Parts: sequence; structure tokens; C-alpha cells
Amino acid sequence: MLKFRDVDFLQVGSLLSPDELLVRDSTRQWAEQNLTPIIETCAREGRFPLELVPEMGRMSFFGATLRDFGCAGMSNVEYGLVMQELERVDSGIRSFVSVQSALVMFPISTFGSEEQKQRWLPPLSTGEVIGCFGLTESDFGSNPGGMRTTARHVGDEVVLNGEKMWITSGSISQLAVIWAKDEEGSIRGYLVETDRPGFRAEDVHGKYSLRASVTSGLVLQDVRIPAGNELPEARGLRSALQCLSQARYGIGWGVLGAAMQCYDTALQYAGFRKQFGDKPIAAHQLVQQKLVWMITEISKAQLLALHVGRLKDQGKADFSHISMLKRNNVAIALETARLARDILGANGIADEYPVFRHMANLESVNTYEGTHDIHTLIIGEKITGLGAFY
Amino acid sequence: MKLLVCLKQVPAKDAPLKLNSAGSWIVEDVSYEVSEPDAYALEEALRQKEAHGGEVTVITVGPQRAAQVLREALAKGADKAIHVEGDGTQLLDSFATAEAITRAIPGQHFDLILTGLQSDDSGAAQVGVILAELMGIPHATIIMQIEPVPGGVRVKRELEGGAFQYLEMPTPAVLTIQSGINKLRYATLMGIKQAKSKPLSKINAETDGISVELNRLVIERLYVPGAQKKTERITGTAKDAAARIASVLKAQGIGAGE
Repeated sequence: MLKFRDVDFLQVGSLLSPDELLVRDSTRQWAEQNLTPIIETCAREGRFPLELVPEMGRMSFFGATLRDFGCAGMSNVEYGLVMQELERVDSGIRSFVSVQSALVMFPISTFGSEEQKQRWLPPLSTGEVIGCFGLTESDFGSNPGGMRTTARHVGDEVVLNGEKMWITSGSISQLAVIWAKDEEGSIRGYLVETDRPGFRAEDVHGKYSLRASVTSGLVLQDVRIPAGNELPEARGLRSALQCLSQARYGIGWGVLGAAMQCYDTALQYAGFRKQFGDKPIAAHQLVQQKLVWMITEISKAQLLALHVGRLKDQGKADFSHISMLKRNNVAIALETARLARDILGANGIADEYPVFRHMANLESVNTYEGTHDIHTLIIGEKITGLGAFY
Repeated sequence: MKLLVCLKQVPAKDAPLKLNSAGSWIVEDVSYEVSEPDAYALEEALRQKEAHGGEVTVITVGPQRAAQVLREALAKGADKAIHVEGDGTQLLDSFATAEAITRAIPGQHFDLILTGLQSDDSGAAQVGVILAELMGIPHATIIMQIEPVPGGVRVKRELEGGAFQYLEMPTPAVLTIQSGINKLRYATLMGIKQAKSKPLSKINAETDGISVELNRLVIERLYVPGAQKKTERITGTAKDAAARIASVLKAQGIGAGE
């Protein structure tokens, strides 16, 4: 494994504060020492490194932007840098932290009652409790509003029925945030302890992507929860989408890490790989063209992420800004990974180098949390005022 | 126990170093980090504080960028930081650095002052020793373990050839810490957050009379060592080549004494 050298062509690092640099460097050090040595094996075996969860909790990675309940109160830029460094090692690990933070802790903190926050946020912040987010269903991906999962109020209980699909961390969770339609057809969020009768999680096998992360299907068959488990402030699909906006923001930063890793690997490889005599392939025009495309797009993407982060810290980031961040950065990261694979030639397909794993991971990231095309439509609607979803 | 830890910011271990045109210093376009032996000294100080109570102060002498090692130390759990700051302070030698530290802490009492065994860049291993001399207190080097005893500490020193020395010494004292004696902690996000409200005081090196004028060591020239490896291609008939190989091996003393 080649040692990663920082990728910062435009000196974007000079725009970061000393504390932001410390957050980046400390996370980088943690990831390189704890994740890098095991990640290829985890991906090969299809295993999520559950043993690192308490350590991630000690690093305060979970719910890092929240201010209370044992959370670190990081800025959005600092949180973004954490995502970047985790995904530089693997998108699956970043996905785990994204889900715990943006899709489980964020909704509890934003839409939950005081009692729900007190009960769940401290153990979620340490990783003693792992959470998952159940919105997507097998027939409702880009159109979650069509979901079939229902919530019926019976006395002081709520009865949930339905199936959720493509749920990160599903089978290793103790708590699921489940989105379901109530009697009025309104989408609401519910906190479901996964040991309740009628709740079942089954892992998706045969994945070529995000192999170091758990992906499950959830089955809820007459699962009864107390009415107090309903998130009181979550109203309609809008609330669920607010969570996704939070997670998409982290993805926009995270994929930068994957892109930086792939670019740096390709650059180093092109420097020592010799063909046609004694010249490294980096001296060939076609290879340089690829490397230059990669570093240009990465530099632009770094500025985009930082700018949206600063806007978010000022409370000025619109969901469509975040769509642009997610859409652009995932697309250039995926293309960077493919080009890096190309430069590495046959070596690019083996797990001696991380690029194929990143490339396969990014195919998922391109699709989840709003596909590339859906984000096109979100931005399109924003600038034209005309929705083109259906 | 009140502890002071001296930290030095050095070029990152894998930084690609380039010399300036005068050949007098490196081009400072590299990334920096805390010198690793100093990181172990900090870790030991934090462990002593956690085990026996007290306070950990960290100090560095260096330009503005060096404050990063103090912020990291505060994030890891140090209580206070002192930065003796000034342009060109990275050019101070061991004596001037020890002098700068002494002048920065007048009247402050520390039971133990810890430094790394040596720095990752110049590797002189002198600051701790000179500091003890300037302050008129005892010191011990290459320390692997510290245990408080009445009136002082019992320490374990690493000697050569796998031997160790245990000795008791009075405090205050300066100890230079061996690398690898404990497991370094990370600066956690929570720690980084908490460090924002910890005191980091700055001392202007110039006002304190600290400059390269105090240096007792002069760098004549920095250079990249030339390649030492020589390859000789032996050609000719097998008999001639074998004779040549035998003579090369003999010249190297290999196979002699038969």
C-alpha cells in the first residue's frame, strides 16, 4: 500500500483554520492507523469492523455537529473533513458514521422529544447503541413518498407494518428510525427498538460495493411501539428529506477523500511504472491528461465542499446547494476512480491498491441519498421553478 | 504533580525535503508535526497527571506555525500552553532553545520537566540536558518509566545492550523520554473542542532576548549525501570473471582467513 500524500494543488488547506486542520489531521492519523491496515481484508470478507465502533465513539465521530449529549459540537466544515478522511479509507466506513450521525442522531436531535434525546443521544454518541434509518423500500427509491409502510395508532401504542430495503447497518442496529404513513397518509418518523417482536433484519448478500458496510432489508410485521416513540416534531416527507440533506452534505465531502486517494495512488503509480524504455508512464501525454483532469476536478470539488460548508455554518446553505455538492463531487470522484483504475492497468483490478474498491464503492454512493439524476432534477427545479420529476 | 512538557514542531517524517539555494536550511513548504519523542513525553505527562493528579503545561519555541503542536497537546488533555514565538526561531540551536524555555517560565515551579529523548529533525538530544543545567536541577535521560516516591521519582533508564538502570532522584528534575514507551492517544473531536477554551499564552522571543545570536552551534552547510552505491559489471570469460570476483571479495575481507 502506497503512503498517502496530501492532495492540495490549490492550497485549499490555507483556507482552513488551525482547529479545522487539527480535526483533519487527527482523523487522518486515526484512520490510517486503525482502518487502513484492515480495510482490504474487511472488504474481501464482506465484514464491517464492528470492533472499531467504541473507538470511533471515543474519537467523538458520532453526531459530531450536535452540541449536547456528549457530542463534540463541531462546525459543518470540521464534520466534512472527518467524512473526507474516513472515506479516503473506505466509503462503507464513512457510510456507517453518516447514518449514525446524520440519519439517526440528527432526526432525534431535531425532531425528538427531550426524553427521546436524553435516552438515545448519549449511547448513540459513544457507539454503545448503533442506529439505522428506514426510509427506502424496494419499490420506492427515488420516490420515497410512495412508501407502503404503515403506522396505525391502537390505544397508546403504534403498530408498524411494512418492509424497508437497502438499509445501512440494519442488522447490527439496536435502534431504527422508521418512516411510515399514519392513518391520514402523512409520513411520520418512529423510533423502533430492533428487539421488538415482529422486527427482522436480513442482510443483502452478493454486493460488489460497500462490502465493508452492512446493508440490510428490514421487515416490520405488527411491530408495536409505545406512542411515545413517535418523533413529535417530524412532519411529512419534508422531515425525512431534511435528514437526507444532512447526510448528502457529508457525502459531498466524503467522496473527496476517495477521489484524493485514487488520484494520489495513480500519480505515484504513474511515477514508478515504466513502459517503452526507461520512461515512467507519467511522462506520457495521455496519462498526464488523465492526471490533470483528476487534479483539476478534485481542486474544484474541494472548493465547492468548503464553500457549501461555510454557507451551512452561516445557516445559508439551501438543499439545492447540497444537491450540487453531492451530485458534482460523487460524479468526479467516480470518474477519478475509473481513470485511476485505467492508469494502474492490470494492477488496478487487484486489491493490492485501493482504487477498484473505491470505484465499486462509489457506484453505490452515486445512487444512494438521491441519485445523480434526481439531484439534476432538484437543481433544475430550483433554477427554472419547474419540477421535472414526473 | 506539576509537569512541563517541551514540544518541538518538525517536518513530517515523510516530508520531501529540499534545500534552499544557499544550502543553509530547508525550503519550508512541507507539512509539520510534533517530534515523535516529544509526543511520547506528552503522553507520559498526561498519564502521570491521570494517575496522580496535577497539571500539565506544554511549551514550544518556534514560529507561528508551531502553535499547532500546542493546540494538539491541549486537545489531548494538556491544561495550559506557552508559545515562545518569533520568526527565525526554528533556527535556534539546543542551547538557545533551552535558554528560551528558561526565560519563558521565570518563577514557575514544575516538579518534572519532560522532553523527548531527541528531536526527529536535528537529533541533538541536548535541550533537556542543557535546560537542567541552566535551571540548576538534576536530569536523567532515555527514561522509560516514572514512578513518584516521597521527595522525588524512581525512574527506569534504558542503557545499551538491553540493560536498564533504575534510580531514584529528587524533584524538580528534567527527564528526557524514550520513544515507544506508551501508546499515544489521539486528539479527539471533543478534545479539540475543549481545547478552544484552554489558555495558550504567547511570548515574543525577541522581547525575551531570544535570537540566533545566542546560538553556539553554526551550521556550515546542509547537503544531500551523494550516492554511495557503486555497481561494477564484470564481463569477460567465466575464468576471468571468477578471478575478478574472487579479488573483489578478498579486497572486502570476505572469505579471508581460509
